[in-house]
Amino acid sequence: MDLYRSHVLVCGGTGCASSESGRIIDNFNELLIEHGLDKEVKIVKTGCFGLCEAGPVVVVYPEGAFYSMIKVSDVPTIVEEHLLKGRIVTDLLYKDHTTSETMNSIDEVGFYKKQRRVALRNCGVINPESIEEYIAFDGYQALGNVLTEMSPNQVIDIVKRSGLRGRGGGGFPTGTKWEFTQKAVGDLKYVACNADEGDPGAFMDRSVLEGDPHAIVEAMAIAGYAVGASKGFVYVRAEYPIAVKRLQIAIDQAKENGLLGEDIFGTGFNFDMEIRLGAGAFVCGEETALIASIEGKRGMPRVRPPFPAVKGIFDKPTLLNNVETFANIPQIILKGAEWFASIGTEKSKGTKVFALAGKINNTGLLEIPMGTTLREAIYDVGGGIPNGKAFKAVQTGGPSGGCIPAEYLDTPIDYDNLIALGSMMGSGGMIVLDEDNCMVDVARFFLDFTEEESCGKCTPCREGTKRMHELLDKIVDGKGTMDDVAKLETLAKTIKGASLCGLGQTAPNPVLSTLKYFRHEYEAHVLDHKCPAGVCSALLQYLVVPDLCKKCGICAAKCPVNCISGVKGKEVYLIDQDKCIKCGACMDACPFKAIKKG
Amino acid sequence: MITLNINGFEVEIKEGSTIYQAASSIGVKIPTLCHDERLKPHGSCRICVVEVEGARSLVASCSTPASNGMVVHTESESVITARREILDLMLANHPLDCLTCEKAGRCTLQDLCYQYDIEESSFDGKKKKYEKDTSNEFYYADQTKCILCGKCVYVCSQVQNTDAICFVDRGFETHVGTPFDLGLAKSTCVSCGNCVAACPVGALMPKRKEKFRYWEIDKVKTTCSYCGVGCQMELLVKDNKVVEVEPVKGHSNDGMLCVKGRFSYDFINHSSRLKKPMVRKNGVLEEVSWDEAYDVIANKITEVKESDGADAITGFSSARALTEENYLMTKLMRAVIGTNNIDHCARL
Amino acid sequence: MKSIAELEAIRKRAQEGVKLRSEKGGVRVVVGMATCGIAAGARPVMMAFVEEINKRELKNVVITQTGCIGACRLEPMVEVYQGEEKITYVKLTAEDARKIVAEHLVNGRVVKECTIGAYEK
Repeated sequence: MDLYRSHVLVCGGTGCASSESGRIIDNFNELLIEHGLDKEVKIVKTGCFGLCEAGPVVVVYPEGAFYSMIKVSDVPTIVEEHLLKGRIVTDLLYKDHTTSETMNSIDEVGFYKKQRRVALRNCGVINPESIEEYIAFDGYQALGNVLTEMSPNQVIDIVKRSGLRGRGGGGFPTGTKWEFTQKAVGDLKYVACNADEGDPGAFMDRSVLEGDPHAIVEAMAIAGYAVGASKGFVYVRAEYPIAVKRLQIAIDQAKENGLLGEDIFGTGFNFDMEIRLGAGAFVCGEETALIASIEGKRGMPRVRPPFPAVKGIFDKPTLLNNVETFANIPQIILKGAEWFASIGTEKSKGTKVFALAGKINNTGLLEIPMGTTLREAIYDVGGGIPNGKAFKAVQTGGPSGGCIPAEYLDTPIDYDNLIALGSMMGSGGMIVLDEDNCMVDVARFFLDFTEEESCGKCTPCREGTKRMHELLDKIVDGKGTMDDVAKLETLAKTIKGASLCGLGQTAPNPVLSTLKYFRHEYEAHVLDHKCPAGVCSALLQYLVVPDLCKKCGICAAKCPVNCISGVKGKEVYLIDQDKCIKCGACMDACPFKAIKKG
Repeated sequence: MITLNINGFEVEIKEGSTIYQAASSIGVKIPTLCHDERLKPHGSCRICVVEVEGARSLVASCSTPASNGMVVHTESESVITARREILDLMLANHPLDCLTCEKAGRCTLQDLCYQYDIEESSFDGKKKKYEKDTSNEFYYADQTKCILCGKCVYVCSQVQNTDAICFVDRGFETHVGTPFDLGLAKSTCVSCGNCVAACPVGALMPKRKEKFRYWEIDKVKTTCSYCGVGCQMELLVKDNKVVEVEPVKGHSNDGMLCVKGRFSYDFINHSSRLKKPMVRKNGVLEEVSWDEAYDVIANKITEVKESDGADAITGFSSARALTEENYLMTKLMRAVIGTNNIDHCARL
Repeated sequence: MKSIAELEAIRKRAQEGVKLRSEKGGVRVVVGMATCGIAAGARPVMMAFVEEINKRELKNVVITQTGCIGACRLEPMVEVYQGEEKITYVKLTAEDARKIVAEHLVNGRVVKECTIGAYEK
């Protein structure tokens, strides 16, 4: 094995890869050869570091220097200064948003300090395409222990005692699910992994698959042993090409090393797995729709019972867990149920990964212990709201979740607390909204999504989401009445109560939660014909403030529809409200801030 | 056996039965648009929702198993509200053309709107609009009227095993279609019409040869005469003329028919249908009495048998005849005429 | 894979390759790698450290570089940090480097003849 004095870790996750981290890696390799450093310094393409805001990310060990927003043109500097001469390039280091301090080492970065990485432990640490690196970080040891020292019942017992609950959103106790599947009668059983991550802005599962795919392979084999299955399916969306590629490499490597296949560890246990690609239907994240899709049918949910544990893939008992749920399993086996149960709250154990997005400084992926408050997640880890704006709400649970207002910021995050607030954990989307977000518009955004993603099977969801969307359209256009608001609320409740699957039952949550906490915004749209956040263009007016106007005419020149009239140097300019398309170009262009929005 | 309470009545029923079945067993009628005993419960229309005490939300009675001690209300206020809201949603996306709709009078949506007093939808948004698919010879599909109950799709795949149609697209754009929306004529459809029979609204209708209303017709229950299976069916008769055929649930057909039984009834009222015996005289077929016809047959058979022997004669009977008639035909050929040359058209 | 022992063997070998990323504290060997150091032959010295440390499977030792320490005439220079203690070695050869690993890092005995103190005398 080659030995190196330094490792340069370059993020190869989807976020950084789309900012040319691939070219950065190529450039590093070329320059290392050029400087004769290729035998001393190793370039490692890793999975996501989580702090996507700062991407592309490069970390140089042994110093742990955390370089952020690296461009291809920065690579020669890092090679010549840091790698050749040992001088850390301070200018390129990550700077904390709140303190503006430059962070020398990745360990000092505030974003990581309150995090506790269990599911993401190897992401940004190992080369996901190397089984050796995974093994170096205790990989496959849990599988070895399980197969050689434990009975299936003991495995299930550990998972049950750990208190792990499903990370896909439902929060069903994982050990109980394993037990149901184990006890179900069937000549064949399957283990399936739900990697059909569909929430807009969520990428927890993608990052695990991209950064630590062997953890899923190992966990599924463990699950297979526990429930008595010898075949596994990973259902992953085809829009995740990097995740698919790395997972396939991991499966192939595991097979080559005899960690998948027949007689694993000489114990007589057989387990094989394959990837099934989804075509990107949100509903296929629903377990019965996912199973239909694996079987080659149209992804539509079916009624439960029977539950997949009894009748799943090809009507055989099937254990279906989410990626993040599986990612916790090897650690639980290695470190014990008590260790896992010691993290988190009474009813929600362990950690949870969230994809933090929206009006937040540290956009990215974070893993925090259950029970961390929303405030800690948003301010301490997320670095707060950019540009000094005021926090308005946090949307959790994606299109199935709800918006939680500021007064509940100190709520500890766990399954039950979020549901009590009218939202839900979901798979871990966390979108921060500030004073510039219109809550009616936010609700409309999610309805736009669920309306399109409804599978079309049951009436309330298919027809109801359309009508909710239309009512919201009407309200943001300033044409809504209080009757419409009432109708929206009744309809939302019917859809929630009468839909067939989880998609429909939760689709009204964005509407119901905004109605609950931000009803005044709905009323402002309807009664005052005003959008308080200044988002809904139909309710906006751009006006020239005569006292401030310097008659320069820049606004008129910028207006794409020529709706601003006036005489340069002589006359105050005036916006024709009938022609104005509310693009805001005049306001941005005015050097004297003489145009206001209202 | 389990015991549950429906609308205050104790019901005892086999374990594994649904709430809907339990209710039906004591005559409590729960409305439904998508339920069909022949299909796996799919719970699409949600009209059959009922309230179960202690449950998180309303449940679809057609697909929820009854359990011991369950307390069910099938017409409570929340149930009625939900049903009305669902009907409102269906109607919001359905043409209000009952005056000219051929299904009027036996449309379940119409019946339910009547039952729950839904005169028109309270929503005034977008309505779907599709071209009628008239490419099939015997029936047409009008997706504009479809309420997506899914019965046609599931009957085609689970009962008929043809899989000619499926759901296409998602969300509000969902519709029932054929692969690549190429139309029924280019699909694997065998024109059995079992989807048409399952459709609760006017989305799948037989192509009519003449206008009639369902309240104008008389029904005549009969056995299909095309083959020996014995499918049960009803002839819909207006002014002494068969205008449509519908399958009836029978022992051998479970509410199914094939293309012939379902759509080939024109011959009944056809002007060239043979109703009296004819004998060719001087090169022209002439109508004769049965007695005269029998004489001709008997004489010819005797003549041939005498000149060329019994084996020069063969008998060919019809699968459309009754078993008893076929038995008699065999006896006639073997015992009376004396030949084993007898066959039958069971392959029709 | 047919036994836990096989996995253990792979793990042991693989850990060598990634220990750089997980080790904190311990001993830091800092090699002066400015132009002056490189010109004086710092690279073979550093490589000797890398090889020797890996050969001996030493844990908790990292090798890093630094720029010009200021005493260019004494290059190649190496500083070994252990806790609060710092030893500065000067005018090193690859041979010296191996000796420092064997004596200083393994046995805890400073190689006096190579230290800056010894040289300056």
